[in-house]
Amino acid sequence: MSAAPHLAPGADPAMIRNFCIIAHIDHGKSTLADRMLGVTGVVDARNMRAQYLDRMDIERERGITIKAQNVRLPWRAHDGQDYILHLIDTPGHVDFSYEVSRSLAACEGAVLLVDAAQGIEAQTLANLYLAIENDLTIIPVLNKIDLPAAQPEKYAEEIAAIIGCDPGDVLRVSGKTGQGVPELLNEIVRQVPAPVGNPAGPARAMIFDSVYDIYRGVITYVRVIDGTLTTRDRCLMMSTGASHETLEVGVISPDPHPTGSLSVGEVGYVIPGVKDVRQARVGDTVTTARNPATEMLGGYRDPLPMVYSGLYPIDGSEYPALREALDKLQLNDAALTYEPETSAALGFGFRCGFLGLLHLEIVRERLEREFNLTLISTAPNVVYRVVMEDLSEVTVTNPSDWPGGKIAEVYEPIVDAMLLLPTDFVGAVMELCQGRRGVLKGMDYLSADRVELKYTLPLGEIIFDFFDALKSRTRGYASLDYDQAGEQLADLVKVDILLQGETVDAFSAIVHKDKAYSYGVAMTTKLRELIPRQQFEVPIQAAIGSRIIARENIRAIRKDVLAKCYGGDITRKRKLLEKQKEGKKRMKTIGRVEVPQEAFIAALSTDTGKSTTSK
Amino acid sequence: MPQKPPDGSPPPDDGALPPAALAELTERTFGAYVHVPYCAARCGYCDFNTYTAADLGGALISSVGLTTFVDIAVQEIRLARAVLGETDLPISTVFVGGGTPTLLSADDLARLLSALDAEFGLAANAEVTTEANPESVDPAQLEQLRAAGYTRVSFGMQSDRPHVLAALDRRHTPGRVSEVMRWARKAGFEQVSLDLIYGAPGESEADWAASLRAAVQLGPDHVSAYALTVEEGTKLSRRVRRGELLEPDDDLLADRYLLADEILTAAGLTNYEVSNWSRGPATRCRHNLGYWRGDHWWGFGPGAHSHVGGVRWWNVRHPAEYAARLAAQRSPAAAREELDASTRRVERVMLGVRLAEGLGVAELDEAGLGACADLARSGLIEPGALESGRVRLTRRGRLLTDTVVRALLPD
Repeated sequence: MSAAPHLAPGADPAMIRNFCIIAHIDHGKSTLADRMLGVTGVVDARNMRAQYLDRMDIERERGITIKAQNVRLPWRAHDGQDYILHLIDTPGHVDFSYEVSRSLAACEGAVLLVDAAQGIEAQTLANLYLAIENDLTIIPVLNKIDLPAAQPEKYAEEIAAIIGCDPGDVLRVSGKTGQGVPELLNEIVRQVPAPVGNPAGPARAMIFDSVYDIYRGVITYVRVIDGTLTTRDRCLMMSTGASHETLEVGVISPDPHPTGSLSVGEVGYVIPGVKDVRQARVGDTVTTARNPATEMLGGYRDPLPMVYSGLYPIDGSEYPALREALDKLQLNDAALTYEPETSAALGFGFRCGFLGLLHLEIVRERLEREFNLTLISTAPNVVYRVVMEDLSEVTVTNPSDWPGGKIAEVYEPIVDAMLLLPTDFVGAVMELCQGRRGVLKGMDYLSADRVELKYTLPLGEIIFDFFDALKSRTRGYASLDYDQAGEQLADLVKVDILLQGETVDAFSAIVHKDKAYSYGVAMTTKLRELIPRQQFEVPIQAAIGSRIIARENIRAIRKDVLAKCYGGDITRKRKLLEKQKEGKKRMKTIGRVEVPQEAFIAALSTDTGKSTTSK
Repeated sequence: MPQKPPDGSPPPDDGALPPAALAELTERTFGAYVHVPYCAARCGYCDFNTYTAADLGGALISSVGLTTFVDIAVQEIRLARAVLGETDLPISTVFVGGGTPTLLSADDLARLLSALDAEFGLAANAEVTTEANPESVDPAQLEQLRAAGYTRVSFGMQSDRPHVLAALDRRHTPGRVSEVMRWARKAGFEQVSLDLIYGAPGESEADWAASLRAAVQLGPDHVSAYALTVEEGTKLSRRVRRGELLEPDDDLLADRYLLADEILTAAGLTNYEVSNWSRGPATRCRHNLGYWRGDHWWGFGPGAHSHVGGVRWWNVRHPAEYAARLAAQRSPAAAREELDASTRRVERVMLGVRLAEGLGVAELDEAGLGACADLARSGLIEPGALESGRVRLTRRGRLLTDTVVRALLPD
């Protein structure tokens, strides 16, 4: 089988166009990408699977992209010449802005894709600003023009006002019908600059994604800036200085094709023969051991975890399996951090750092689904900086680490949030933000009926259920994006929950002083319902330090005997006993109190936040 | 839908038992249970395997109904003899339950007993009980049963309060029990037992106390008192689910139990099993003791459970299927369980601890023994009995039997 011309090595950089698509969830990015695969002939209609590039089950189910994917598309353009297009598919959620930043750094152009029936959303706007900062050529496109509800004129004007172009320059396509897609590809060829690099210099390629394959080890996706990477040279990771055999180099179209080399401007994959992703880190620069580059490529942000949560196996014997699973996930997920921690209530687990709540949910779901683990996650929290009266400092990523001594000041992380919403909901959203200790920083009308609100908000106030509250208050019409904006002094306290006088570390939370009481009441009430009666009375208390702020009581159980013997049906009786014992196995003992796993799960679910804030 | 039978493995067509199980036969007493699966009407709380005329297509008197029941059951009695072999196996206890056994004629009940006697022989001083609903017996029937060899009758009194009886769908009037009791004594029954139920919807503490006092006034030799349990699939559970009735509260049931123990004890009845009290050791229900002690018994009739030497099995539930199996010379067993040594120990602990005689600590493993001190400290088992090597529940422990059993059987 001889390779098609577009898969041959050594493509001329002048004939290459590297681009990505910036879009909001549901605005049809994956459908458009699929359509591009079809129009360029790399996937025929018969083999077309909806959302070809979204490979993970979770991505397909949720309709979002988590991992950056890339694909090489051959295209004979309007000028009759054959071009090579690299589409780098970008993730579509605020949590994954770091992945977006890597994808953007691998491109010269970006398609700004906006739903013609909905207009631009906050997150798209944030990524658009990022692309503009990166000097990418922006090609504005309205999608779903086949929809009856489409208002292309209205939204073309909105886009034109934002990016400063003529409304007539906004392309109109339908990913669903394919209308306008060839024209879009021609515009990409015409407008996006060809990549420029030094073909003769030492090789330098940026890793913009890295996945782990059980057969091949780590597969890195790279964009070559200078020189050539070939299977003849050992590759060298510049951050670690370690070199590895280059097992395979190739391009994706849409299946992997080994090409033996990748040159200036090309996007493809390198298999460095390593089993540990920490040896091929996302963000690293790949060069060759024979002729190494001296300077690493810049432009990447190191992903910083913004939200922490403890992950614990429900079955303690699964702890080693959890560690292994996290090791493997980290191969695919540069933003995931974890370190072992021990909870008196939950046993051995890991304190994990995430980019946000969706990231947490996805990691948890993947651990459960792909690695068959059953997990409890503790209530998410942000990172606090606590300054003691003796001026020493403590960084708190876990409420259990909250210092016991005399605290002088506490700082919490804050974010600059951008909210886009129809004008009708301004009042409701302002009320929500004020309830979350937000400070209004600005208000701009994007059009007659759409407003952009700018708020500074404590990150801790939005990681729990802010999205849900925003959605319900705006019937789903508002969108949100945010960016780290340093820290602020805050009046925060740690609320402990005690069972029979013993603190249950997994239930401790750091909350604003004004919300401590409602948190305490909500948690104690909830636990009273969730914890079964024991042989003795169990007081449940909420406390700040030694001060009790809320109290509930679980009365002692008095009767559990099954009186009848059902005409000698002893088997049924024994099965009941076995079932009870099975249930007890799933209990954690805190002090003398047996707490079912379900109680932890339910108590730690986000409902707690809701009932606290709905007061 | 009455309760679902447990899962098990399929038994052989002829009902043959493993030689190891048969070898144990002579080690313990042998009893016979006969399940009569018919009632005039189904009570709202009952999930036992029983059928009314409507359930059986319009008439209890049909090919699978009352008239042929004893003939069919006798076939199972013969099959049992064949399965158990030639071993000398006198029956120590017979218990005819239901359903409503007294819907059968006294002749039928007598025939049943003589069939058992013919195949196995009744032991000298065998205990032969039939359950009876107060509304379905008369003096002549009781005389005839006593003459036929029945020694013990257990009346389903349930309550002495009309509105409680109504809530339980029981059709007799309170006065009826003292009447049938008198007839039973007159017929020569030396052992008469009364069944009571507490925790019915609308039953106050005073109602329950009144029922207990009425019961002891009648001078029974034995009383069983059961908490009303809401079983899935019953009319009662549907009413609870719809919110028409409140599920009986466990704390309240605990109070009712303690009240029962107090009144019955004061009247000279001693608790010998969680839910059973008797005038003295001689009037304990030996048949039921066999269940708790792991003795052998054969359960005859649709849905009946049996145990022989570590093998438990249970019959098909529907009278028609039961009849068809026996007509085809097949065992009516639906499924069986062959218990391994550790499961048998679990059962011995689970069942033995319910008895006032207690459980020998030799049955416990190290972890179970380790739990005893804690149970004694918590007031669930008697410290004195423990010192002499027995696990005996306290009054409070009887109400928390499941907790105690779980503690004695950790892992």
